Amino acid sequence: MENSNNHCLSITPSSLVLLSIIGFITLILIRVLYIIHRSSQPRSASSRQKPLSTLIVLGSAEMINLLNVLQKNSFTPRYYIAAATDNMSLQKAQVLENSWLNEGGVEEVGSAKFMQIYRSREVGQSYITSVGTTLIALAHALWLMIKIRPHVILCNGPGTCIPLCAIAFIFKILGIRWSYIFYVESIARVRRLSLSALLLYKLRMANQLFVQWPQLKSKYHRAHYVGRLM
Amino acid sequence: MAEADEDLKSRRTVFVTVGTTCFDSLVRAVDTQEVKEELFKKGYAHLLIQMGRGSYIPAKSTGENGSLEVDCFTFSSSIADYLRSASLVISHAGSGSIFETLRLQKPLIVVVNEDLMDNHQSELAEELAERKHLFCARPQTLYQTVADMDLGSLIPYQPGDAAPVAKLLNSFLGFPDD
Repeated sequence: MENSNNHCLSITPSSLVLLSIIGFITLILIRVLYIIHRSSQPRSASSRQKPLSTLIVLGSAEMINLLNVLQKNSFTPRYYIAAATDNMSLQKAQVLENSWLNEGGVEEVGSAKFMQIYRSREVGQSYITSVGTTLIALAHALWLMIKIRPHVILCNGPGTCIPLCAIAFIFKILGIRWSYIFYVESIARVRRLSLSALLLYKLRMANQLFVQWPQLKSKYHRAHYVGRLM
Repeated sequence: MAEADEDLKSRRTVFVTVGTTCFDSLVRAVDTQEVKEELFKKGYAHLLIQMGRGSYIPAKSTGENGSLEVDCFTFSSSIADYLRSASLVISHAGSGSIFETLRLQKPLIVVVNEDLMDNHQSELAEELAERKHLFCARPQTLYQTVADMDLGSLIPYQPGDAAPVAKLLNSFLGFPDD
């Protein structure tokens, strides 16, 4: 008869692999929890903080309003991304950047970059082809994020921003780039959060989530109520 | 809204807009005899309809024999001019349309499209209606809304301000405020 004590102590190759996997997953989980905990904390303040490279996901008029009140020399260099099917947003952002140059409020000439990103899914697109286009959009988002590696991400919906925010979060976990993800919920959301905002809120992927109506603040306590932007 | 006094001499236009959507039920509702007569009774002379991707095309009319002049078109690169020269705006529930109109301080009836699947847009229209910045209706209730509307009861919408967000960002990131 086999001695059952020895059986407990014997380390087979398969149990080694199993232990390593469990250990690895545990490490990742601890890392994720640590990232989530640190994300809620502000960056340490000092009187002259270095500017942070900023990725701005365009798609709405509200974002333009926000850009107008941003301190340009703190959030620089600026990278603008809009969906490939969105014709107007990049143009509007370019006009805005030019006007800042002319005013003399911006120090670096031509440092703003403008890019388009493939959309995961068009309205009404069949779900089968959506799988393919979503994968392409994810790959494109990864490519752009590797190139830009922003320190700050500003978004306002739409769904274009989710792949970018998800990749930014993964970069944080893997230690590739620490970033601050700020999501301003659309002014059209009064009582319920959009799917994008809900994901970022529940999974605690955004450093701060801003809502424009008090009803959302009462429902989602960790969100910040900022009143209407428009 | 004291605009009515200044507009007594000029043609008072009702501008209907559906943006880039297809909203046939709104265009149909506006094009009914009862709504057009009610608008005429209220002193409007011209009905201009931006139909977007809709398939229902209202019949144009020159409005000679004591009725509304009716015109329509599909799209325009910018509806700002049409909004500016309108005395009343009837719009779909898109937030862009709504705030562009409110910014120009025009009386606004927002019509919610019930055929849309995820109709979160109605939340915005209902909230602003509750705050008395506009009237909110459905295509079936448009006639009643036009008949009952009291433009004097509308409260002008004060434009919002993005500065609170900028302040929060600055304090979170350790940037000094100007």
